[in-house]
Amino acid sequence: MTAHFLSVEGLSKIYPTADGKPGTPVFEDIHFAIERGEFICIIGHSGCGKTTILNVLAGLEEASAGGAIMDDREIDGPSLDRGVVFQGHALMPWMTVLGNVAFATKSRWPDWSKAQIEEHCTTYLEMVGLGHAIHKKPAELSGGMKQRVGIARAFAIEPKMLLLDEPFGALDALTRGTIQDELLKIVRATQQTVFMITHDVDEAILLADKVILMSNGPLAKIAEIVEITMPRDRTRAEMHHDPQFYRIRNHLVDFLVNRSKSYAGSDAAQLHDAKHPPVVRPGLVPDGTPSGDNGGRPVLKQVVNQ
Amino acid sequence: MKTTLTFRAAVLSLFIFAMFIGTWHLATQAPKESAAAQAVNAEYAELMGKGAEKTGGFPSPEKVGSAFVKYLSDPFYDNGPNDKGIGIQVGYSLLRVGTGFLLAMLFALPLGFVIGMSPLMTKALNPFIQILKPISPLAWMPLALYTLKDSEVSGIFVIFICSLWPMLINTAFGVAGVRRDWINVARTLEVNPLRKAFLVILPAAAPTILTGMRISMGIAWIVIVAAEMLVGGTGIGYFVWNEWNNLALPNVIFAITMIGLVGMALDLGFGTLQKFVTYRE
Repeated sequence: MTAHFLSVEGLSKIYPTADGKPGTPVFEDIHFAIERGEFICIIGHSGCGKTTILNVLAGLEEASAGGAIMDDREIDGPSLDRGVVFQGHALMPWMTVLGNVAFATKSRWPDWSKAQIEEHCTTYLEMVGLGHAIHKKPAELSGGMKQRVGIARAFAIEPKMLLLDEPFGALDALTRGTIQDELLKIVRATQQTVFMITHDVDEAILLADKVILMSNGPLAKIAEIVEITMPRDRTRAEMHHDPQFYRIRNHLVDFLVNRSKSYAGSDAAQLHDAKHPPVVRPGLVPDGTPSGDNGGRPVLKQVVNQ
Repeated sequence: MKTTLTFRAAVLSLFIFAMFIGTWHLATQAPKESAAAQAVNAEYAELMGKGAEKTGGFPSPEKVGSAFVKYLSDPFYDNGPNDKGIGIQVGYSLLRVGTGFLLAMLFALPLGFVIGMSPLMTKALNPFIQILKPISPLAWMPLALYTLKDSEVSGIFVIFICSLWPMLINTAFGVAGVRRDWINVARTLEVNPLRKAFLVILPAAAPTILTGMRISMGIAWIVIVAAEMLVGGTGIGYFVWNEWNNLALPNVIFAITMIGLVGMALDLGFGTLQKFVTYRE
């Protein structure tokens, strides 16, 4: 298992109920792996524990069982090796834009001179298109710009892996698109390994190499892992012309709308092997949408690991 | 529009002030006394060896005004223990308040930090704070005088104890309420505890802490007058008490006004400081 860059093994999380007793696990026996340079998106309805999984990877929360190994080392706390972009940007409002990124940079390289830090931060802020706003306070920026600062801050520490907790959730569609393009550009340029939570199916198709689909919680599981088989240099403007796009999109939407709810009682759940969740490539099926609940059989053609 | 509102408010304020002074003036006009009563009063005054005009009741605004002129024209004279300029008296009070307040700060800010950071300490210390907080700071005076054996130090102690609680509670509250996201940012960046305390928690909690300090200063300035009346010697509170013993009501009114003005200035000072640390999100 340690051949993977990051491997998550047997992860589960139980929160205590109001009277202090352990409740039903939010998710249990979660296994997946991420290779170096991969972009992974995780999709699922609220309450399936996506954020908890991300927090465990970030080291901010402890799993009730199981664990994660990154680069041959167990994750047992927060680390500069993993940069986090938080849902609500989490910029410190009393610092300038530059101050926020410099705070992170200084944490990473305490011995750097002030000029060195400033130069480094400016590079990353220019990368997200904020070179003109480095001396502004976060309150003077729009939501999209704030989130860009958050992204620059996470990239500036040059982490081994980037964790993004629904970073564009609060942005309008137009801004979201622009920042997605920027993120894509930077990730490709830096070969960054990314784990990202999203609710947006199009966003996942655009950015991800693989999409992890979670069934509904409690007792959420990885229902399947969808490989995005479209060429990697896809762009937001062009990708919907690719015939694969709608097959993948329909597959994902179909899962979110229908199968994620009924997953627990379905045939697929009976066959479910937590250690090897089905890996599917809906983009490659020549025609039609695979229907989830009646057809364990036709779906098998796309399932590549069974 | 804003300037006109300010202007209109200022005019109204001046009008209210003029009404107040006018009413006061009318109310303190010496009543027309009968000739007989006047004679008796004059006789009485002569017996007491005083001029007749000193026996008048509540002082008129004119008399209070002349006290203002007299004290403010020479605020720093010193003619012995019972006759010092108002500047010196206010200076003594400010010194006591400042010393007690600073001591309270040195105590309350670190302790508030610890309480705010640790739910265990919050729970453990809460009963003590809740019991000690409502005690009138002057109730500590006998104990302070007995143990500290020095009226000056006791005065400072009383200021210390009354400034302590709002600062302590607000610091703890501010520190405990620092946004989880900011703490998590610091955690993922592996920021060491000292840097985290000074660069994340302190600035995040600063507005709340400063509110506590502002409340403390307000209370301290109220308490110092009473404390100095008890302890005596110097200070604005002692000045009030001394002038009351002299039955010099114009001076008492003057001193009361000064207490108000200095208190307002202190509050404005903290208001400015507060603006300085407040951040917009």
